[in-house]
Formats: sequence, structure tokens, C-alpha cells
Amino acid sequence: MTGGPDSTLLVILPAWNEQDALPRVLAELQVALPGADLLVVNDGSTDRTAQVAREGGAMVLDLPLNLGVGGAMRAGYKFAARRGYDVAVQVDADGQHDPADVLRVVDALRTEQADVVIGARFAGRGTYAVRGPRRWAMRLLSSSLSRVAKTRLTDTTSGFKASNRRAIALFSVDYPAEYLGDTIESLVIASRAGLRIRQIGVEMRPRVAGTPSHNPAKAAIFLGRAVLALVIALTRPAHRAAGGHA
Amino acid sequence: MSGYYFALAACVALVVFLVVLLRRRRLREKYATAWILLALGVCVLGAFPGAVEAVASVVGVRTPSNLLFALALVVLLGVCIQLSVEITMLEEESRTLTEEISLLRYDVEELAARVGSSPAASPASAPALPSAVQDPVPDAGLGGALVDVVRAPADVRDDG
Repeated sequence: MTGGPDSTLLVILPAWNEQDALPRVLAELQVALPGADLLVVNDGSTDRTAQVAREGGAMVLDLPLNLGVGGAMRAGYKFAARRGYDVAVQVDADGQHDPADVLRVVDALRTEQADVVIGARFAGRGTYAVRGPRRWAMRLLSSSLSRVAKTRLTDTTSGFKASNRRAIALFSVDYPAEYLGDTIESLVIASRAGLRIRQIGVEMRPRVAGTPSHNPAKAAIFLGRAVLALVIALTRPAHRAAGGHA
Repeated sequence: MSGYYFALAACVALVVFLVVLLRRRRLREKYATAWILLALGVCVLGAFPGAVEAVASVVGVRTPSNLLFALALVVLLGVCIQLSVEITMLEEESRTLTEEISLLRYDVEELAARVGSSPAASPASAPALPSAVQDPVPDAGLGGALVDVVRAPADVRDDG
């Protein structure tokens, strides 16, 4: 269970009240990745997420407060950094990400010689589609972030991401907890720190439980907050150059 | 004229109140300094009301009281911004602590599981830990896990 010499891949699942979706996701991950360690970061859930995760054979980090995805992920990256994992993969606990794609994303770290690989929608695979303001926001974000990262990124709000040791070390100290900080700003932080970001296309599946929102007002708010997050992230002083160490 | 005496008394009372808060450690000095300076300034204005009129005519404000209102707004705005900054800092600190607690809890649960599963451990809670620590078999594992526990605070400081 704990990080032995052979198991150097850690799958981090930030989970907030995901007791319904989690068992199936964990079971599928264990079939797809028999050698990997699974870490569920229980983000202050009020349901049985932690118990379900333990029963599903995952390690559990129990956050006493709800920190949001960014907070949960930084805790997960700290765990990965302290226990010396070579690769950490962030996978959504709601079952949107196909466990079969995890290995492809991890392999891309090596084949693309990247520090961070994003499992991206809209990259030629899958049928996931959005419309209206949300689509404009995502277009704007991907074109701006592609310029920052100096590579073509089509899905900057993806929660499907593999990181190598360099990226784990960076994210374990600097991973924003703000809204969209875990996706947009973390990419800005990584590219500013000199990490190589690449993406590969993945398929998104409908959520196992819960429903996505398609409210246009919410989408407009999303657009505003996304632009604000991006502008702030880009104007922030880059306070830490990534060490070539670790 | 009695209005000025009342204002002066109120300002003195404010200064005394702040000093009392400071003495009881209910208020940290970094917040109190600005307030005390402000209260002393208002005391001076209360004692010498002519000063406001003089300053108002210098900076071109026709009604002296409007100058005071404008200054009060600026001061309150500054205080609000300072408090927001401090809250942000507190949130970041509590976030870091939350992460550390979860990591430590994981280490503790891991240790407890090892101690509980070792054959030397007795089911009674009190003597279980020492006997297991003396047991040579789980000792190596305990040491390794303890290194993680001890190493944790150093990483916290990196965040600051």
C-alpha cells in the first residue's frame, strides 16, 4: 500500500462528497493500474467518502476542512513529494476520466519529455462539447495559456494531469487554492518555473454521479472569473524558480 | 464649546481602551499603533478645533467638517484593506495547517496500524505503544515513518 521501491506512481483523487462515484472509480483504477498507489484526498466531506475510499483499497488523506480542489491537491502533492513518488497523476473522483487513459498520460511524460502532461478534451479524441459563454471562456483561456506555455493547449481547465518529480516538488509548495487556481494558475506557475507542459487527448465520460451545470449565467460568471484568474496569475511576480534538483 | 470637551473626552477614552486591550494582549501591537496614533491625532483636533479650520483652508476644503469626513473615509478604507490582507494570510496559514494535519494523521494511523498488528502489542491501549517500540521487528518501520513525521515542519516553513 505505501510507497515501496516498485510503486512510484501515485494517483491522487481529490474527493468532496463522492461516496457514490468513488467505489467504481477506485475499482477501475486498480484494474487499469495494478502497480500504482491510490490516494484519495478527502476534502472535508460530510458523507462517507473516507470510509468508502479505505474500503476501496486507497490511502486516504483526511482534510479536516474543505479547502477546494487546489488545497486538496497541494496536500496530495506534499504526500507524493515526501514519500518520493516519481509520478503523480491527478484524476477526478467523479468518474469523468477514463482510468485506461491514465497510463497514456503518464507515458507521455517520458515520450514528450514533459514535466506536466494534461489529459485534454477537445484534442481530437472523445465527444465532449460545450457551448455559449463557457466555450468562449475556454477558447480564450486555451489560446492565452498556449502562448504562456509555448505549446498548444486545448483544455486548460482539465483536472486530469500527470506530474514528474520536478513538478511535484513545485506543486507541493505552490498550488493555488483559489477558484480555477488549481487549473489555470497552476499552469502559469509551472510554465513560469520553466517546466515543460504538454497535452494529449483523452475521452471524457459522463459523470458516474451528479450533474454538470449548463446555466448560461453561471457560464458568464465562469468567464469573468477565469479571465480575472488568468490576468492576476500572469501579473503575479514569479517568486520561485523551479529547482533542477529532485 | 461643550461639544469639543465631549469629543476630547471620547478620544482620551479611546486611547485608554486601546492601551487596556494591548495590556491584556487582546490586540496585537501592529494593529494598535495605527489606532493609537489616530486617536492621539483626534485628541489634538478636539483640543484645538481651530487647527481643522486652518488645515481645511490650506488644502482648499470650504467646510472643515468635510475634511474630517474625507479623512475618516480614507482611514477606514485603509483599515479594511489591511484586514483583508491579514485574513488572506490567515487563510493561507490555516490551509497549510490543514494539509499538515491530514498528512500527520495519515502517519499516525499508519503507525497505529503497524503497532496494532505487531504480535508484541497488547490489546490494552496504554502499554501497547512502548512494548511495540521495544519490539525489534516493527522498529525499523517505525523509524522510517517517524522520519517523515519529524521532517514535516521544515517543509511548512518553506511555504512562508
